Amino acid sequence: MSFRERLQSWRYNLVPDHLVGEILTKRWTDNAIPFLALVVTLATFGSVIPGFFKLTSLQESTRQLGEFSMVVTGMTVVMLGGGIDLSVGSIFALSCFSAVYVFFILEQSIWLALAASIATGLVFGAINGYLVGYLRLRAFLTTLVTFIFGRALFDILVTTYAADVQLSTATSDVLDFIGDSTFWGLSVSVWLAIILAIVTHIALTRSRPGWHVLAVGGSRRSAHNAGIRVRRTVFMTYVFSGFCASIGGFLIACRLSGAGPGTGLNLEIMALTAAVVGGVSLGGGRGSVIKGLMGAIIVLTMTNGLIRLGYGTGTNQMVLGIMLAVAVTIDIRWLKNRHKVLNEVYVAPVYLKMGATQSAAPGSGTPYELDNRLSAADHIGLGELEGPEDVILDRDDNLYCGTRHGEIVRFFAPDYVRSEVFAHIGGFPLGLAFDKAGNLISCVGAMGLYSVSPDREVKRLSAETSRSWTSIVDDARLRDPNDCDIAPDGRIYFTDSTKRYDAHDWALDSIENRATGRLLVYDPKDGSTKTLLDGYRYTNGVCMAHDGKSLFFAESWACRVHRYWLEGPKAGTAECVIRDMPGYPDNINRASDGNYWMAWLGMRTPSFDLSLRHPDMRKRMTRRLPQDEWLFPNINTGGVVKFNEKGGIVEAMGDLPGGAHPMVTSMREHKGYLFVGGILNNRIGRYRISGADPNWTSPASYWGARP
Amino acid sequence: MNTLGWPNLRSLNQEGIVFAIAVVLFVAAAIGLPGFIDPNNLVAIVRSVSVLGILALGMAVVIIGRGIDLSAVAIMAMSVAWYLQLLNTGTSDGLAFAYVLAGVLAIGLLNGFLVAYADVPAIFVTLATGSFVFGYVRSQLITQDAVPVPQGHWVELLGGLRFLDIPIEVFVFAGLAFLFFLFLRYTKWGRYIYFAGDNPTAARNIGIPVRPMLVLRYVLSAFVALIAGLLTAASLHSINTRVVNSTLLYDIVLVAVIGGIGLSGGRGGVRNVLVGAALIGILLNAMTIIDIPLLYQNLIKAAILLGAIIVDGIINPRDEQTAQQGDI
Repeated sequence: MSFRERLQSWRYNLVPDHLVGEILTKRWTDNAIPFLALVVTLATFGSVIPGFFKLTSLQESTRQLGEFSMVVTGMTVVMLGGGIDLSVGSIFALSCFSAVYVFFILEQSIWLALAASIATGLVFGAINGYLVGYLRLRAFLTTLVTFIFGRALFDILVTTYAADVQLSTATSDVLDFIGDSTFWGLSVSVWLAIILAIVTHIALTRSRPGWHVLAVGGSRRSAHNAGIRVRRTVFMTYVFSGFCASIGGFLIACRLSGAGPGTGLNLEIMALTAAVVGGVSLGGGRGSVIKGLMGAIIVLTMTNGLIRLGYGTGTNQMVLGIMLAVAVTIDIRWLKNRHKVLNEVYVAPVYLKMGATQSAAPGSGTPYELDNRLSAADHIGLGELEGPEDVILDRDDNLYCGTRHGEIVRFFAPDYVRSEVFAHIGGFPLGLAFDKAGNLISCVGAMGLYSVSPDREVKRLSAETSRSWTSIVDDARLRDPNDCDIAPDGRIYFTDSTKRYDAHDWALDSIENRATGRLLVYDPKDGSTKTLLDGYRYTNGVCMAHDGKSLFFAESWACRVHRYWLEGPKAGTAECVIRDMPGYPDNINRASDGNYWMAWLGMRTPSFDLSLRHPDMRKRMTRRLPQDEWLFPNINTGGVVKFNEKGGIVEAMGDLPGGAHPMVTSMREHKGYLFVGGILNNRIGRYRISGADPNWTSPASYWGARP
Repeated sequence: MNTLGWPNLRSLNQEGIVFAIAVVLFVAAAIGLPGFIDPNNLVAIVRSVSVLGILALGMAVVIIGRGIDLSAVAIMAMSVAWYLQLLNTGTSDGLAFAYVLAGVLAIGLLNGFLVAYADVPAIFVTLATGSFVFGYVRSQLITQDAVPVPQGHWVELLGGLRFLDIPIEVFVFAGLAFLFFLFLRYTKWGRYIYFAGDNPTAARNIGIPVRPMLVLRYVLSAFVALIAGLLTAASLHSINTRVVNSTLLYDIVLVAVIGGIGLSGGRGGVRNVLVGAALIGILLNAMTIIDIPLLYQNLIKAAILLGAIIVDGIINPRDEQTAQQGDI
């Protein structure tokens, strides 16, 4: 290994590049930026302002925070629904005035004042909701106008009644309690804000109306076409926002025992900035109450902190303006470019030096020497099938295969002309196996391990295994279950080829070449799934040895076959039995003569082998070239190989012209014939094997003669 | 739709209705209100809407291109306030004016850049920059809310200029209106604004430089705001930055929308601004003569603006199938 290659292998195999992409796929990265901003803001102001974290100081700020965060919660819900509510400041002020008017001037009870506040908020919110929701006006301008309207009304009311409020002698213990006292160390407004936030969060994430709001925000048109009452949902978000603002207004009325010209001033731009800074997306659908609250704390800390630091008039607006502009821009750019960045950085190739291999060229004289025998195979279902990855036959000689459309198709013996959809599963059924009871077990790409009973009842056996502690990507989920086989005791051994890519992106996994394939076992007794082996380069076919004491499995991108021992002295360990083949192995199945059939999905090429030693080149390729121009493994030529118990190669056959079976992913021997399938093929081939036992069938080999 | 640029039949109706209302109001005020028809009062009406109208011209160009500029008033007041502050602290006139020009250009470019190249909705960009401009100039560059014009400065002299007893800003308004009319109606770039406002994607596909033109519009709007600010300072001999927090901004939108410039873009022209300005001018003047307090005037204007937006929404309806996602 040259020095350059050693450096490459260190650089690309030891530096975990793939983690960047995996972190970016996480939803919580959306929260990371606002959270970081929150920590930085608190740390900065906490260290600059003396006594910032003192209890009394905190209680006063949190009282204000309680009121403000309620308004932000309302704004968040409106924004999640795809709208915006700039009138919150006016609602806040008017509700505050309603409470003040009822309590101080009409001298009614505080509860009536609360009712008046809420009624004000609901009515105002309903007006907004009607205009934006039902009349379909533009949310921004409409609420801007209702904001001016409400503000003008409030200014008139405040100037008219200010003197009367001053002269009023009404008092109430409840009001003082709400305004000044604390309960378990927190003020009432903070408690109310927390309760409101929790209730709203649960409603948004776990209730039908909440889902409707998110659906409408996510895509108004789709929501409409799905039958959601878009207009009513939008209407309700504004009513809710009005409600939230009115509670905030009531609280400030209690705290200040009055209403002044400054009540609720600039609240709309503060609330908007808070929501956007927290990461609630403009245009709806993305965001959460928690994000809104984070934004509220950031904004309030900043504005209050700057006032306490003694900066002059206008500083608040300046800071709010900058924060709003930066946050909106980041939000829009992030939303727009996240998937682009993800696409670019997700593929993180590693270094691998493939071992030297024997040639498979005709006339080379090696055991791998390919010929054109498969060209002569009869075809079944030509043009009707798309993607029969695996094929299998039952005791009655009927032929089954999965298709790209998520179906398992059955061809009827003896001529295999008539066919029917045996079962519809979805996903992409890949590996197939019959268990003792005659259930058809299938590894369904992107879905999991499924079982189809003889009367066609589809049942999911397993879709996840245990989560490993160190993995960032969720490796509990089965992303690419590929092939399965069943041990005599009924346990199902199956492979999950990669943790990093979904089934249809298997070609990307070959370019990355990271060893994330697993061998798993499903136990039908308790329904558990366990990971047996991990860290192979695309685990693929699985086949139980004839004696049932071990199994063979293929490691495609490393061109190796391993043997995993189920019992005996080596139980639980794997050993490599075939290495450095010239082709990429796929499914493995039993042959009638005690050997094993193995499919080759493609052939190694010197160019791709070389590229595996140049991860930097593959990285550049995936970033700079369109996918059509990438260097992939050669899958235009495949073949079928027979090997014995010791891993020695017995024979190999192929279809070099490529007219019938260029790429082979599976083969199944049945009564002297070999049935051949290919994941990109449009047919199943049937090839007569010379000298094969004409009575041997796979079900009988596994489960004995018909009971 | 007939020739581009002229309002189509429907908005012609709206324009016609507004014009008719303006005429009816005018006649009613002339008959009912003493002193309304007096030539001095009429000049006062035109003068009172001149600044508003100039700002509305800038706003109109932006709205026709399917945008909005909420920073116009902040730019208007704060640029001039800074200019006067610089003069009062002894900076030479040429240098001060160069600073202000550069500042205004920078804000216009920033608005345009964020809208055009960062794809941020105009309404948020200009809301943020408006807030920033006010906050920055108020807290960093000037010391008090109102900044006076220095004695004998040309801005002060500008305020005293009269031609045929008509104040200069009326002529500026008329001149700018004519220039904007020529620009929108007869220049290639003026026509492009309608295309871009009507269907930005299609405009871009046929090769119109949609993004640079967006930047141009916000720069234009910023400079128009500067002119309006200078005229305001000229007539009042000072500039009060509190105007930023007043309802002036909404009056501008009101003039444009009520005159029949659809907020969805691609529609309207200078004539709509004139009609809108006429109606608002008569209305404000009449309310002042009747002696309605300013607070109630705000309420009435807000109600009218709300009505105008509702009518705009009915004339240019949107529904679930055609609305753009995220178009708020």
